[in-house]
Amino acid sequence: MQAKIRLGIIYALLTIFGLFMIVPFIWMISTSLMTQSEFNKQEAVFVPKEEYHVWNTDAGQRRILVVQAEKDSTVIHVLNKDLKIEREYIKVPSNAIEQVVKKPSFHWENYKKAFKKVPFGIYFKNTLFVSFVSLIGVMITSFLAAYAFARMEFKGKKLIFLLFLSMMMVPAPIYLISSYMLLDKFNWLDTYQALIVPWCVNIFTIFMFRQHFRSLPKELFDAAMIDGASTFGILWRIVLPLSKPIIATASVFALIGSWNSFMWPLVMTNRPELRVLQVGLSYFNQEASTQTTLLMAASTFSILPILILFFLAQKQIIASTAKTGMKD
Amino acid sequence: MKTQWKISPYLYILPAFALLFLFRMIPVAMSLVIGFFEWGITGSGTFIGLKNYIAMFKDEVFWKSLSNTVWFVVLVVPASIILPLIFANLLNQITKLKSLFRIMYFLPYVTSLVAVSIVWKIIFSEQAGLANSFLGLFGIAPLGWLAESTGIFKLIFGSGWPDWLGGPSLALCAISIMTIWKSLGYNTILYLAGLQNISKVYYEAADIDGASKFRQFWNITLPLVSPTTFYVLIMTTISSFQAFSQVYLMTDKGGPLNSTKLIVYYIYERGFDALDMGYASAVALFLFIILLILTIIQMRGEKKVFY
Repeated sequence: MQAKIRLGIIYALLTIFGLFMIVPFIWMISTSLMTQSEFNKQEAVFVPKEEYHVWNTDAGQRRILVVQAEKDSTVIHVLNKDLKIEREYIKVPSNAIEQVVKKPSFHWENYKKAFKKVPFGIYFKNTLFVSFVSLIGVMITSFLAAYAFARMEFKGKKLIFLLFLSMMMVPAPIYLISSYMLLDKFNWLDTYQALIVPWCVNIFTIFMFRQHFRSLPKELFDAAMIDGASTFGILWRIVLPLSKPIIATASVFALIGSWNSFMWPLVMTNRPELRVLQVGLSYFNQEASTQTTLLMAASTFSILPILILFFLAQKQIIASTAKTGMKD
Repeated sequence: MKTQWKISPYLYILPAFALLFLFRMIPVAMSLVIGFFEWGITGSGTFIGLKNYIAMFKDEVFWKSLSNTVWFVVLVVPASIILPLIFANLLNQITKLKSLFRIMYFLPYVTSLVAVSIVWKIIFSEQAGLANSFLGLFGIAPLGWLAESTGIFKLIFGSGWPDWLGGPSLALCAISIMTIWKSLGYNTILYLAGLQNISKVYYEAADIDGASKFRQFWNITLPLVSPTTFYVLIMTTISSFQAFSQVYLMTDKGGPLNSTKLIVYYIYERGFDALDMGYASAVALFLFIILLILTIIQMRGEKKVFY
């Protein structure tokens, strides 16, 4: 009995904490579906609703705006189908006016409006392009380097590995300015190369692959050697097929990383045509700071692909996160 | 396989090495010396010795950004250890719905800092923000949050409290709350992995001895997850020193009154707004030294066996 109560309390606490964690997302989505005036009034915090007045006439109901309401008569504007004012300042009897509350009422047009203001389509395409090209680069460089580190003996291996490790430790803000100057010397500022080429190597991925290659049985490689396969042949025909799960996991991590990267593209590009989603979103944040609902729509849209990816691969993501925190 | 001089291993490493050399090692090496030059945005620099560093130590905004950053670390790091430890302990005791809760906690970690910064900026907005609506439920008057430059101690203890003891601004606290929320799930997963490595035998023995759950947590769990705690402590400290996007997106240039200007934002501002790249690089080198010391502590500590 006591154990049951304990468990009940644990579940209750976990639920409360869990709600705190996801409430910002729920609020983001619900706000993205409200009208701006509804948001400003803050009456319905989570469920978007719509309030308006109608005028009951013999010919049917008309949407109106109330200008001035008195006990007997009300001055109104009559609206047309597109909610534009059709007739101004008409005096009608107050008992013909009715307030309507529609709940929930979703304003999907916020997404359309946000898209009209900002070319998110271009940003989206840029992000996809940069993410995928650098992903391919990362996979090739990591696969080759990790194989050498895990399965080959050569002079200076330890030293080179240590060098890689120490480079991983240096945080990006330290070399941001010098990288900017270097890319400037290359004339690479404001180009796709600046966003892709420096990120075609990922030390974390090299580590993941190295760990995996070491876990493969040695006999596999020996047998292939006896059969006279070349090193590259072994890599291509034996190691690659056995590495599909780790490649998938590493790709998900690399994709999330490049999708969310912000500081680098912000600094290295300036032309609007080259903006990636995160940078575009940050400019929209500056330009439309009062248009809360549109900002929320844009934010929702920008995290959607990563959310989908996360839900598809959440088991692997969480499992490998747990592993990376643990030292061997 | 015998160790012999072969060309092929180097060919395998070459692509990764070449990229790292060009885009990581050279910039890192450059960042060590740029601070000794005066640079415009392009062209060649003039050697000015320690002038940037001397200017930096006289620069009030630099010290302000450094003290902001230290406060930020003090606010973020303890919460990023304690809350995940609690969450992980609770999660470790249940079987049903475990993965659902894990997903809920982990969600903020995978979403982009840009998008969630925008969302939290609106959550903290004075007029219609969720934070003030929430406080309203308890009858608390709306707060200024990101617009409030007054230190929290002064806010708590009233206007008689001395200014210099004011502490971090409420705006910086708001940014800290968002930062804690963002990485909570990640640390929880690390702790959960740490907890699952603890053998059940210890708890069974403690149960037989009649030790309370709290004593078990204090005397068994806490010491045995100390490697994870150490890792989370250092890693969160290092990453807190690097916070940038939150400030860029949630505040107006580190305002109000520079009270949210963190050091990496200041580097960005001096380098790319004021176009004083030498100076910005001097500040970056200062930060590098702090982070290097933390990294060395981490590597030393890791070698020690805790229990």
